[in-house]
Parts: sequence; C-alpha cells; structure tokens
Amino acid sequence: MEKTTLRGRIWVLLDRSGKLIEDIDTDQIYHNAFLHITEVSEMGKYALGNLEGWKDFPAKAAPGDILVAGRNFGAGSSRQQAVDCFISLKVGAILAPSFASIYFRNAVNSGLPVLKSPRIERLAEGGELESGDELEVDFLSGQALNVSKNMSFAVEPMSTVQKEIFRAGNLFAFGRSSNRKA
Amino acid sequence: MGKTVVEKIIQAHTRDEARAGRIVWMDLDIRSARDFGGPNVVKHYEREYGDELLADRTKTFFTFDLCAPACTLRYADNQQACRDFALKHGIKVYDVDQGIGTHVLMEEGLAQPNSTVAGTDSHMNILGAMGSFGQGMGDVDMTFAFRTGRTWFEVPETTRVIIKGALKKPASAKDLTLFLLKELGTKRLALKAAEFYGQAAAGLSLAGRLTLCSLITEMAGIVGFVPEYNDAARKEIERFTGAPFSPFVADEDAPYAETIEINVQGLSPQVAAPPSPANVKPVADLRGVRINSGFIGSCTNGRTEDLAGAARILKGRKVKAGVMLKVVPATRRVYQELLARGILRDLFESGAIIVNPGCGGCAEGHVGLTGKGEVQISTGNRNFAGKQGKGETYLASPAVVAASCVLGQIASPEDL
Repeated sequence: MEKTTLRGRIWVLLDRSGKLIEDIDTDQIYHNAFLHITEVSEMGKYALGNLEGWKDFPAKAAPGDILVAGRNFGAGSSRQQAVDCFISLKVGAILAPSFASIYFRNAVNSGLPVLKSPRIERLAEGGELESGDELEVDFLSGQALNVSKNMSFAVEPMSTVQKEIFRAGNLFAFGRSSNRKA
Repeated sequence: MGKTVVEKIIQAHTRDEARAGRIVWMDLDIRSARDFGGPNVVKHYEREYGDELLADRTKTFFTFDLCAPACTLRYADNQQACRDFALKHGIKVYDVDQGIGTHVLMEEGLAQPNSTVAGTDSHMNILGAMGSFGQGMGDVDMTFAFRTGRTWFEVPETTRVIIKGALKKPASAKDLTLFLLKELGTKRLALKAAEFYGQAAAGLSLAGRLTLCSLITEMAGIVGFVPEYNDAARKEIERFTGAPFSPFVADEDAPYAETIEINVQGLSPQVAAPPSPANVKPVADLRGVRINSGFIGSCTNGRTEDLAGAARILKGRKVKAGVMLKVVPATRRVYQELLARGILRDLFESGAIIVNPGCGGCAEGHVGLTGKGEVQISTGNRNFAGKQGKGETYLASPAVVAASCVLGQIASPEDL
C-alpha cells in the first residue's frame, strides 16, 4: 500500500497579534541577498530569514515539520530557493488557504507537498491548530487530523499532476517516467 | 462556449482542451533564464540531462539583468557558468550590457503576440502588454522546459476589469495601476488572468501597458491583457515584432469569473506606502514625508517614455542637496534613445546618477540597497519589508519620484 499520509509537528505562522500571516513574500521566505546560492543544502539556514518573529525558524525546525501559513503564501519572485530552503530543512509539507501561483508550481515541481485548506485560518486563529501540535494529513483523501487535539478537518486533495510529480519525486523524474511528456 | 484571451493563447499551444481549471501540457515558444535562476538551471540540467540536447536551441536564451555587470564573485561565477553552458549548447546570451530580459525579449521580436514565453522572472507576465502570455517560473520548470520545450499549466479563470472614466494629467499609467492595485488588492485577481477594458486602458501607450501588466504579479494574478490597442501602441509593438499585429480577442460568450468596474475619473497621483504595494494612498495624504533617495527604472517604469517624463520635470531643476537619485534605463536600446534625444544630459545635469541598463533598484546587485532609516521613493513594483535593504520604500510614478527628489519630500509634479 502506497504511503499517502504525512505526519509531523506543526509551526503556525502567526504574527504578534495572533493572526495567521498573509501574503508572506519570497523575500521574507528567502531574501534576494542569497539568490546566488545554487546548492540546496546551503539554503536552509536562510529560511524565513526576513520574516519578523520567525527569523530563528531554521534553528527550531526538525525534519518532517509542517508549516501552516496564511493566504497567498509565497507571493513575489519566481525564486526556487524559496521552496528549496524548506527542502533543505526537510520540512514535510506546507498548508495554507492559498499559495501564490509560481510558488505553488515550484513546490509541486520540487516534490514539496503544498496543500490548500481554506479552513485553517479560522482553526489557527481559534487555537485549534497551535505550534507544536502533531498533525496527520492524507493528501489523497484530503483528510487532516490534529492528533494532539483530536480534531479533524479537510484539505484539498492533490490534483492528478501534483500527485504524479510527488510520487515520482520531482518534475524531472516524472518527465522520465512518462515518455509522453519529456 | 467561447474562450478568453488566455484560454485562446494556451489552446494554440496544447493538444489538451484549454478551459479554465483544467491542467494542460503547454508548449513554450521562448524559454529563458536570468543570471538569477540561470546558474541553478545549468546545475539541474547537467545533473539530470548531462550532454543531452536542448529541445530547441533557437528558442532558448539567457538574459543577464540582475547583477550587471557582476559586482560579487558569486555572480561573476554564476554568469560565467551560464555563458559556458550557452557556448556548449549553442544558445544566445543577452549579456550584462543588454538590460532587462523581458524587455529585451520584446525588443528583439522574440516575444510575439499570442506566444507563450517563460523565464525565471516573476514579472515575465508584463509581456501581456503586447498580447503575449509571459509567465515567471522557477528553475526546475525552466530546466525541464530547456530540455522538453513544455511544461504543465493550470488554465486560469479570467476576471474582466472595466475601467470607467478617463486618465487626465498629472495622473499617469503608474497612478492608474497603483489605484487598481489598491482597489483589487491581492485577493480579487488571485490566481486569475485579467482583461482590462475601457478608455483609460485602451488609451495607454506601450510603456503604460507594460506598467499596468507588470503589477498583475503584485495583485497575485497570473497575467493581464489589454485587448484593445490604440494605433500608436500598435505601431510601437509592430516596430519590435516586425509583422502586422493581430492579437487574440476574447469571444463574446467567453466565461468570466467576475466583471469588476472601477472608476478612475479625476484620479490624482498615487503612492504605495511600505510595507505593501497594495497600501496605496493619494500623494496628498503623504505629502511632506522626507525622502533620502529616489530610483527611476525597473521593468515597470524603465522605458524611454518613463525616463523622458521624469526628465521633463528635472530639466532646469536640481535634485535636492542630500538626496540621491538613481536612474536605470530598462535596456540598451532605451539608453540609446535617451542618449540620442538629449534626455540623459537633462537627467545628468539635474544631479541624477545614471546607471547602465538592468533591473536596477528592485533587488540587491545592481545599484545598491537602502540603509536603516533611509526612505526611498521608487518607480519599481515591490516595497516589501527588507526587500531592498533596511530602509523604507514608497512606490510611485516617474513624475512623482522626480518631483519628490527635487523637493526632498513626497510631492506631486504640480507642487513644483
């Protein structure tokens, strides 16, 4: 049986007033001062390095952790590094009500699960999703469970292409496995 | 059911059915990478494909515009890695002397109406100004596209924006665009294409269209089109495309997600205050905010017409003592036009620093950053916290930036 479930500790990107931060842009995720870096392993230490209140994220993050962010996550630049910095830290997934279009496809192409859930804003701001909680998400069925609080909610299941690229590992592997495309 | 502009362009590049919401495999007529993203493409390509040939070397380009010429060793190394790759694969490099890649692709006739153009620039969609579906993509997409000539794409829904009223001086295309950004925010056009109609849109020059279409990214949209072209704009575009111009128009029964009407009658100059491009206010609300520096240029406002407009205000005047004004033409061709028309002299004599073509003040690399406490007024497109350094950035039109630099505070050209 293929693994379709992710499990990890969540980080809820709240601002000081307890609101889920919206419109987090790629310069807040990965600043343009580091765009010259081409080695993924060097990118992790700059993740969220320009986001007020979250600059210590790389020191706190552990493999498999899941980020929960506000709508339009990844606004701005086309830089793949804003995805790769999380891959470098082995972040397991990112959940947001919506993602900026280029960011979303960059994440899909790199095999980082990005999952949309319009409900998480209310859940995060209502204290039903808190940093440190253990989350389990089935990205095929769209079922998510906050294990720590025994509270379930829905995320949008991955699209066919997202699922296929994720299964293959990334866009390159997917292209090779599917002669029609590559 | 009919099709929108973006659906028609995508349909012309796929065997799948191009309907909003569907994911299709789309051919890309032009694939490009910059000195940002480009070296990552080279690295991916060599790891994934080794010596395999590109899908089509005549449709593949590098454009260097971010750090031009390289001012750090890392950028120098990265640009050279791209040049070596280009030499090996026989592809053309628009090098550090040429200017902003999106504008170069337009001027060189590589971006054509109804074409699909992708590159490592989130403002690639400014090519919507000439009826081309430009799209910014990351280095994984671009590597894949270098090799295969295509990628997957979710066909976006389209929102129709009808702009009511006429744009009157001193309001410019940038003021119109900032006002639309204020009205539309980052939600109304999110993940959608836009078609702009109405006299204020159809009346725009090519430079004005580029300004409008460049800020679709800041509205969280995919691409914007102005399907009605005036004769002057059409002629300007044909100068580059070298062929008569027949861009797709939407069918009468094309499906729209929404139709929005926005009235711009009597619009005054606008400024986006930090920390967000959508935080737009009339100049009147910000008049008197002291500034330390100004920047005129970028893909949004770096055309000849933009810099000429600033020069008209600066001619015979001086940038206020203690204020630094940086001017960056979008491309070498623009630089040449400014030179021929004596505009660079006017800018120089006003005290402006004139820099070689490129992306200029929007990111680290070309004309420097803002320091802590520095207040900058810029014709660029982003003012997110920390993007251009530790200072604060206000976004405005070339005319407002010029007037503000003369007075040392945020001002409208009418204040002079």
